[in-house]
Amino acid sequence: MIVLEKRPQPSRNWSLATPVLAVLATMIFGGLLFAALGKNPVEAIRTIFWDPLFGEFAFYYRPQLLVKGAPLVLIAIGLSLGFKAGIWNIGAEGQYIMGAITGAAVGLAFYPLDAWYVFPLMVLGGALGGWVWAMIPAILKVRFGTNEILVSLMLVYVAEQMLASMSLGLLRNPEGHGFPGSRNLNDYAAANSWIHQNAGLHWGVAAALIAVIFAYVLLNRHMLGFHIRLTGEAPRAARFAGVNPARLILFCLGISGALAGLAGLFEVAGPAGQITIDFNIGYGFTAIIVAFLGRLHPVGILLAGGLMALTYIGGEIAQSQLGLPAAAIQVFQGMLLFFLLALDLLTNFRIRLHKKEAA
Amino acid sequence: MTSPLLSLQGLTKAYPGVVANSNVSFDIATGQVHALLGENGAGKSTLVKMIYGLVQPDNGVMLLNGQPYAPAEPRAARADGIAMVFQHFSLFDALNVAENIALGMERPPAMRDLAARIREVSETYGLPLDPYRTVGDLSAGERQRVEIIRCLLQDPKLLIMDEPTSVLTPQEVDILFETLRKLKSEGTAILYISHKLEEIRALCDHATVLRLGENVGECIPAETSARDMAELMVGSTLQPPERAERDLGEVALDISGLSVPAPGEFGTSLNNLHMTVRQGEVLGIGGVAGNGQDELLGVLSGEILTLPEAVRLNGQAVGNLGPTARRRLGLLTAPEERLGHAAAPDMTLTENAMLTGSVRRRLESRGFLRWRDARGFAEKIIQDFDVRTPGPENAARSLSGGNLQKFVIGREVLQDPQVLVVNQPTWGVDASAAAAIRQAILDLAAHGAAVVCISQDLDELMEISDRFAALNEGRLSTPRDTAGLTIDEIGLMMGGAHGMEVAHV
Repeated sequence: MIVLEKRPQPSRNWSLATPVLAVLATMIFGGLLFAALGKNPVEAIRTIFWDPLFGEFAFYYRPQLLVKGAPLVLIAIGLSLGFKAGIWNIGAEGQYIMGAITGAAVGLAFYPLDAWYVFPLMVLGGALGGWVWAMIPAILKVRFGTNEILVSLMLVYVAEQMLASMSLGLLRNPEGHGFPGSRNLNDYAAANSWIHQNAGLHWGVAAALIAVIFAYVLLNRHMLGFHIRLTGEAPRAARFAGVNPARLILFCLGISGALAGLAGLFEVAGPAGQITIDFNIGYGFTAIIVAFLGRLHPVGILLAGGLMALTYIGGEIAQSQLGLPAAAIQVFQGMLLFFLLALDLLTNFRIRLHKKEAA
Repeated sequence: MTSPLLSLQGLTKAYPGVVANSNVSFDIATGQVHALLGENGAGKSTLVKMIYGLVQPDNGVMLLNGQPYAPAEPRAARADGIAMVFQHFSLFDALNVAENIALGMERPPAMRDLAARIREVSETYGLPLDPYRTVGDLSAGERQRVEIIRCLLQDPKLLIMDEPTSVLTPQEVDILFETLRKLKSEGTAILYISHKLEEIRALCDHATVLRLGENVGECIPAETSARDMAELMVGSTLQPPERAERDLGEVALDISGLSVPAPGEFGTSLNNLHMTVRQGEVLGIGGVAGNGQDELLGVLSGEILTLPEAVRLNGQAVGNLGPTARRRLGLLTAPEERLGHAAAPDMTLTENAMLTGSVRRRLESRGFLRWRDARGFAEKIIQDFDVRTPGPENAARSLSGGNLQKFVIGREVLQDPQVLVVNQPTWGVDASAAAAIRQAILDLAAHGAAVVCISQDLDELMEISDRFAALNEGRLSTPRDTAGLTIDEIGLMMGGAHGMEVAHV
C-alpha cells in the first residue's frame, strides 16, 4: 500500500526539481501520445522544443517567443500576487482587453500628433483601463462580499462585447472603408510600442522584465509582499499581524488589472497594431497556467512564460510540418500542467511503501 | 491476583524520527480506574490510540481477557467493548444530541427509541441530558456528557478518557467524578489520561507514568504525593515559579463598558466588560473555553475593533486601532491557537519573528524588511526561551507544540511590552516548558509590564496572577485578589455547574 506522509517542512530540493521532472514526464508521455498517432515521437518533441530555438528557421521563431512570452509573463506576475494571497482574479483577459481599448483610445485621440508624450500617456491609459476593470470585482468583494472569481470572469465577456462595439463604432478607422477595426498603430510612429521589431523587442518585453524584478523585490524585501504571502499561508495570522484584508484585496486585484491592461496596451500598440473584434487570443487565461507553472514565483513565471510560448510556437510548427492535430498539441500542453501539479505533491509529502501486517 | 481485563505487553510504536512508545507494558484490571500520567509528548496519546485501534503497534501484543487483541480500526475496538472520549469533541453544532449520537452508530435505531435510550442511560449515571437540544447551545460540560453517553450506549468494558477535565469548572469535575465512580462500581474499567495530579489522587486506583515513551514507574496515587508523581513524570525536580515582591504602578490597561456582538453563529458576544490592570500586575482570567476568551483576545489585539474609549492603554483610547498601531504603543498579544493564528505554519521562524516583531524590533525601514535583523531576533528568541529547533530557517509547523508556544510567548516578551495579553500560554505544553513560560510572564510583570493571562488552567492562574476574574457567557466577573480565594468561590465565578444537575447516585 502506498501512503502519503506529510513532510515536517516543504522540501526545497523537490520544489526545484518538480518543474524539470514535469517537463521530462510530459516529453515521455507526450512522445507516447504522438507515437500512438503514428508520428515519430523524437521528431515531434524535437520540433516542439528544439526547432523554435535552434532549428533552421530559428531566426524567425525566436522573436516570436518574446512576442508571445511577454504578455504572458506580464499578466502572470500580476495574477501571482493575488493568487499568493488567495485572491483569485480569473478575469485578466477582460482587463487585458480594456487596457488595450483605453490605451489605444488615448493614442488615437492624439492622432496624428507627433509628440514624445503620446506613448507614455497611452501606457498610463492602458494601465488605468485594466485597473478600473479589476476594481469592479474588488470593490464588490470588499463592499458586498461577492465572489471575485465569478465577477471577474463574467466581466471578460462584457469586455469582449465592449471590444466588438469599439471596433465597429467609436474607435473604427475613419479611413478604413467601413471595415471593422481601428487605425493601425504600427503606422503611427508616436504611438508605437516596438523597440526593435525584427528582434521581437517591444516595450512589453521590457515591462515584463521590470515586473519580474518588481515582484521579486516586493515579495522578498517588502512588508506588503510579506503580508501578501502571510495572507495566503494563514489568513488569521495575517489579521493578527495587522493586515487589512480589504486593502489587500484592492491592491492585489488592482495591480493584476493594471499589469493585464499594460499587456493589452503593448500588444495593441505593437504586435497586433489595431483594435479588432478578435484582438484577444486568450493570453489572460493562459497566464493563469503560466502563474501556476512558475509556482507563483517571479523567476519561475519568467521561465514558465518562456516555456509556454515555446510550446505554442513549437506546437504550431508541429502542426504545419508534421501534420499533428491541434488537439494533440493542446493535450500535450495540458499534460505539462497536470504533471506539474501532480508532482508538486512531493514538495509537501513523501511517498512511503507501507507493508500491511497480517493480523 | 485476578487476571487483568487488558494487558499491554511490550508495546512499541515509532514514527519517523521519534519513538512514541518504547516497550510499554502494564495491566488494567476490571473495575479499576487506571491513570495514565505523563507530560505532553510522553506518548500517552499514541498508546491509547493503539488500544483504540487508530494506530497499529510496531511491536508487542495486547491481551483482552487473556485473548490476543489487535484492533485494526476503532470499530473493531468498540465491538470488543472499548470506548473512548476524546479531548476534542467531535460533535456537529447544528444537530441535536440524539442526531449526533446516531451519527456515530453502526445501525442507529429509530430516533424516538434512541432518545428514550439516551434518557435512560443519562439518568442511570447521573448525567441528565435532553436528547433534543441542539449541541451548539450546550456548555462544554454538557457536550462532554454527549460524548460519554455515546460511549455508554455501547456498554463498554473499558472506557478511555483523554484529559476530560480540561474543559470543566470545578463543580462540573465533581459531577463527572461521581459518574466515573458509579461506572467503576459496576465493573467498568476506566483508563484516565491526565496531567492534573490532584485529580488523579482523588479518583484513580492505580497510575502508570510515561516519560519519553517509556513506562517509568507505577504507583498508587492516593499513597503518593503529587510532588513525587510530578517528579516521576518530569524526571527531575520542579522549580515552582518565583515571584518577586513588586509595587504596582499606574493603570496601564483600562477596559470599560466593552460590548461586542458575536463574530459568528456559534461565537460568543461580550457584554459590558470592565477591568483595569496596573503596571506590574498579573490579572488572571479564568473560565471554560468558548465563553468569550477568543473574542476578548481579539478585542485586545486589535483584530476586533470597538469604540475607541472601550479600550484604553495608558489613558489613550485605542479601541479603534488595528494590531500594528497597538503594537507600536506597546500592547502585545499572544493568541491561543499557535498554528494559523499566532504563527504561520509553513513559514520559517525568521518569518514568524517578523510577523509581530517588525514594529517594535525595527525589522523594517520604510516598508522594506531587514531579514538579517529578523533572523537575529528569531535566534534570540530560540536562545533565550530554549526553543528546541535546528535553527530559525525551520518551518513553524516542524516544531512541537510546546516549543512553538515558547517561541510565540518569547517573541512577544522580548519586544518589551507595556501590556501583554496571553491566551492559554501553557496549553499543551510540557511541565518544564510551562514553568519556564510562567516564569517569563512573572519576570515581565516584575519589570513593570501589565499582564493579562487568559487560561483554563486554574492552578496556573492561582500560581501567577495577583487578581482573578472569570469569563462566563461573555460576561466578566468583578476581579478579586487571588490570595484567599477558595476553589468553590472560583467555581461559582466561572458559572458554577452551568445549571447542570448533580449526579444522584
